[in-house]
Amino acid sequence: MIVDVERFVSGERRYWAELEAMLSAQERRAARRMTLEEAQRFYYLYERASASLARLAALSVDAGLRTYVEALVARAYGDVHEVRSRGARPRPMRWLLRTFPRVFRAHVQAFALSVALTFVGVLFGVLALIIDPASRRVLMPFAELQQDPNQRVTRERQMMGAPLTGRKSQFAAQLMTHNTRVAAFTMSLGVTGGAGTALVLFGNGVMLGSVCYDYVRAGQSAFLAGWLLPHGSIEIPAILIAGQAGFVFAGALIGWGSRRTRRQRLRDVGPDLVTLVGGTAVMLVWAGIVEGFFSQYHEPLLPYWLKIGFGCVELAGFTLFLWRAGAKDD
Amino acid sequence: MTDRDATLRIVTPEGIVFRYALAGPVLRALAWGVDAGMIAGSAAGVSATLDKLGLINRDVAAAVATLFYAVVSVGYAMYFEWYWRGQTVGKRIVGIRVIDASGLHLQPYQVVIRNLMRYVDGLPLFYLVGGIASVISGRFQRLGDVAAHTVVVRVSEARQPDLDKIGRSKYNSLLDYPAVCSRLRQKVSAEAAGAAFGALLRRDEFDAGARAELFREMRAYFETLVDFPDEVKEQITPEQLVRNVVEVLYAGAAAREALTR
Repeated sequence: MIVDVERFVSGERRYWAELEAMLSAQERRAARRMTLEEAQRFYYLYERASASLARLAALSVDAGLRTYVEALVARAYGDVHEVRSRGARPRPMRWLLRTFPRVFRAHVQAFALSVALTFVGVLFGVLALIIDPASRRVLMPFAELQQDPNQRVTRERQMMGAPLTGRKSQFAAQLMTHNTRVAAFTMSLGVTGGAGTALVLFGNGVMLGSVCYDYVRAGQSAFLAGWLLPHGSIEIPAILIAGQAGFVFAGALIGWGSRRTRRQRLRDVGPDLVTLVGGTAVMLVWAGIVEGFFSQYHEPLLPYWLKIGFGCVELAGFTLFLWRAGAKDD
Repeated sequence: MTDRDATLRIVTPEGIVFRYALAGPVLRALAWGVDAGMIAGSAAGVSATLDKLGLINRDVAAAVATLFYAVVSVGYAMYFEWYWRGQTVGKRIVGIRVIDASGLHLQPYQVVIRNLMRYVDGLPLFYLVGGIASVISGRFQRLGDVAAHTVVVRVSEARQPDLDKIGRSKYNSLLDYPAVCSRLRQKVSAEAAGAAFGALLRRDEFDAGARAELFREMRAYFETLVDFPDEVKEQITPEQLVRNVVEVLYAGAAAREALTR
């Protein structure tokens, strides 16, 4: 095929320039939507550039010219052939109050696995302390937890929350960011086929079990419940949901019994993973506020019944929320 | 879909084939360095400003700084990759872009997942896990890219070549031989034409000996493809022959005009 390259290029140049200008406008703002006329023109220009590319491929022309047209076609390809929804206008409240619990219920088996592994960790922590009390140094890695429960309770009663005076906000912010990072990490470890997620959940369970047993054995059950329930009733489920997301991710990677490709499976669960992790982050912000401003104050400043009652109401309300919210959409 | 020569090949439903040049770990590390600097700089700026203004007490100021850093360190890449279609400031400076591995648009969930996966890719330090994964992967994908089905490609800055830069001949003896011109257009590949064009553009950068050697080799190559008439070979230098060949390949209109004359 002999084509007059110079005439061909000079004839097509204005169409390429027009396509390039439209692409640049689109790329400046991802959310911009074309009018019908713009879309029709854009499609025409894309088809024309594609045809040019096909012709140039058969010609002895400079590789730079071909690369230029190729780049135009590549940039336009996504706009023309993308059939997945770009997503409706973000509606955060609807997402949090309806989508999040719905997605949670859709993957409730992964949540059950998350709970089971944490429970195994709890049992392990309790048994480890029963069999070898000296293991508490290893099982409870934080200095605050290492001290004797009775001594701590006495100290907390005397201090009346004084150690946090002047740094409550900072403490709450650190809790939020640290716990959110742990949640995201737990979900991300789904990439190990769920093994990493399982280890994190088991480790959390071990720590929780050993701390609970330590305080119960010392006769400080009321302090323990008053300390942990207000924030733990949201924080612990949040980590369990992050584990749920990790297992959903792992399930999509492994794909037992599925005929869909890994790519398709990951595409299917991708939005759900984001919803679960996003919901977890919101929960952990709330848990951080409660822990920073409420959980660390004990009797006689705040009666245990109030703290335990608050935690129970939170837990019951959150359970009901996950169980029923957005049910109409199901 | 990909070759180990670091390209991503896409075939459109219309049967058109195009390629993306994949970005390697070094380019990506450079972009990440710029972005990390942006994040650290903005966090330090906010912290210092809050301290200096003293509008809120120190506890709240420290909390705001902590939260700001946490949100920016995760949200920065998510925001820019969505808003700028796969580019952050670092990626824009380095000239790379994140795209869907099928050549389609990034979806919001892909942006979120590939950035959340940085917690694993960043282990234990300086993206060692992600770096190893991208070196092993056929598409230079870190784990976040695999999970989100994305790749990072180099942004093409190709422009149309300017024929006038090579300095056209007053008289092109090849145009007297239409059969030779036709054969050249049929047999010379785009890559070879581009290489000859590039050599002419950069002729002044070579010293005399290297330049003579280069054009001698190019002439020898073209002679393996086409039988040039003896009078053409004898009358002009290797460089002039290459120049004439390039003019034949690129300047169709001028050539045809001369031929019809």
